[in-house]
Amino acid sequence: MAEALLEVAGLRKRFGGLAVTDDVSFDVAPGEIHAVIGPNGAGKTTLIHQLSGTLRPDAGSIRFGGREIVGMGLARRARLGLARSFQITSVLPGFSALENAALAVQARSGSSFRFLRAAATERGLNDEAMAALNAVGLGARAGVMAGRLSHGEKRQLELAVALAMRPRLLLLDEPLAGAGPEETERLVGILRGLRGQYAILLVEHDMQAVFALADRISVLVYGRVIATDLPAVIRANAEVRAAYLGEDEAA
Amino acid sequence: MRAALVVLAGLAAAPFLGFGEGYSLTLLARAMILAMAAVSLWLLVGGAGLVSLGHAAMLGVGAYALVVLDDARITDAVVVVPVAMGAAAFFALVTGAVAIRTSGVHFIMITLAFGQMAFFTASSLAAYGGDDGYTLYGRMTVLGHRWLEDRLVFHYLCLGLLALALLGTQMVLGSRFGRVLRAARENALRVEAVGFSPYPYRLVAYAAAGAVAGLAGVLLANATEFVAPSYLAWQRSGDLLFMVILGGLGSLQGAVLGAVGFVLLEEWLGHLTEHWRLIFGPLLVLSVLFLKGGLVGVLRRG
Ligand SMILES: Nc1ncnc2c1ncn2[C@@H]1O[C@H](COP(=O)(O)OP(=O)(O)OP(=O)(O)O)[C@@H](O)[C@H]1O
Ligand SMILES: [Mg+2]
Repeated sequence: MAEALLEVAGLRKRFGGLAVTDDVSFDVAPGEIHAVIGPNGAGKTTLIHQLSGTLRPDAGSIRFGGREIVGMGLARRARLGLARSFQITSVLPGFSALENAALAVQARSGSSFRFLRAAATERGLNDEAMAALNAVGLGARAGVMAGRLSHGEKRQLELAVALAMRPRLLLLDEPLAGAGPEETERLVGILRGLRGQYAILLVEHDMQAVFALADRISVLVYGRVIATDLPAVIRANAEVRAAYLGEDEAA
Repeated sequence: MRAALVVLAGLAAAPFLGFGEGYSLTLLARAMILAMAAVSLWLLVGGAGLVSLGHAAMLGVGAYALVVLDDARITDAVVVVPVAMGAAAFFALVTGAVAIRTSGVHFIMITLAFGQMAFFTASSLAAYGGDDGYTLYGRMTVLGHRWLEDRLVFHYLCLGLLALALLGTQMVLGSRFGRVLRAARENALRVEAVGFSPYPYRLVAYAAAGAVAGLAGVLLANATEFVAPSYLAWQRSGDLLFMVILGGLGSLQGAVLGAVGFVLLEEWLGHLTEHWRLIFGPLLVLSVLFLKGGLVGVLRRG
């Protein structure tokens, strides 16, 4: 296997007495879709927070592209090519969908300490932003205020903004959360289209989607990674079934 | 921008519409100067989401920079204006570097505290009149000319600078810089997630707003030929904040509408009764309650 893009080793985070990330180690290879599954409260979002830089781990190392990033903040990591989406949609409601994406393009296209020229008329920014919206099927809604988009469209916009960053790794926290069946189908199609172009760390509860998309799956239970393997192996793993899939299928 | 342009056009025509005598022009100059300060405050409140309750201090620093120079007989605008704006920007930069690390109520309190600090400093400047204030030797000269003593020239100077501040701020808001600023107001986490740290953008905006307010302070000092610690009083900061909110945070032109409306209303009520403050207060409360989106919002709906 090629050298890992993201290498997490011995990551630990406690909230009071609760070990929410308990000696977590795994890696994501370039171009790989690596899914993280686990029951509610397993610590998936907390893990994403630590990887993206919104939460500082108590111990452990996070190497991205061979570089230790554990001391860097969210913005710095984003500039290195780590893009995250939020489990709870986080867009700029008063900006159009296009401007939401254009801001992400702007962040990697030269200085933003420019005071005179109207940003909204910068072709370079708008074209790339539009391409990102088109990639998620939101092109027709480019001019609509993000606050007025439907829930599913906002999820698409989150993804478009992440793509507009041209990241090396996408950290997606439940991109399908709250999406209806049609929207889910569309979003899964989009994610499938991204396969190979981007490395993706995918946190998702929708098992059908996970098994359709993932190259490898890690199972997180009570903050511990109890297994990392190919989807077929995970599906057959008794411990995993007991901890998680069993519940899911019984439900 | 249309409503603001109408107001500016009205101010331009005012001297020829029966408002050409000294008293009216003094009042209008005051309205325009405070509108300029309100525009700079709008950049912070409406643009960056930084609700400052210490903006009058920027005005005051600009005015006191002029006082120090006036006392040293340096009265030419070519020196006074850059020094005063620089001093106000520097004060904003230093205090902003601390204040912008906080947010919400803490930011309001800390800007208020810095404002009070500046106020007490000005009160204790015995060499410049302390509490009693300082009377200027005269208005600034421009390259040696005494142009500003002409009321009409001063009127149009204030108008021109207000228009410049308005258009300049509008342009900055639409620029890359302004986009980051506005985005960080709406959702700072989102802005960081795409790779921006809001802090330097906010700090630069804070210093720029300080510089413009400092210029307003210079104009106000010239208008009255008198500077006192009351320039920096927190009540004045409150008035400025109120103008911005009265005008409406949805659009920059609200700052102009709010400031001009505020000054004229104050004046008009003052003529009606000496107890005008008893009416003014409740009117302010009602306007906040019922004018959703401020005066700009009313115009948009109407
Ligand atoms: N800031 C915090 N302080 C204290 N406890 C927290 C904090 N954030 C999360 N937790 C707890 O840590 C545990 C893991 O939460 P986390 O949100 O990471 O789970 P998750 O796997 O993302 O769950 P879900 O599938 O519901 O999104 C939960 O028990 C949660 O209550
Ligand atoms: Mg979660």
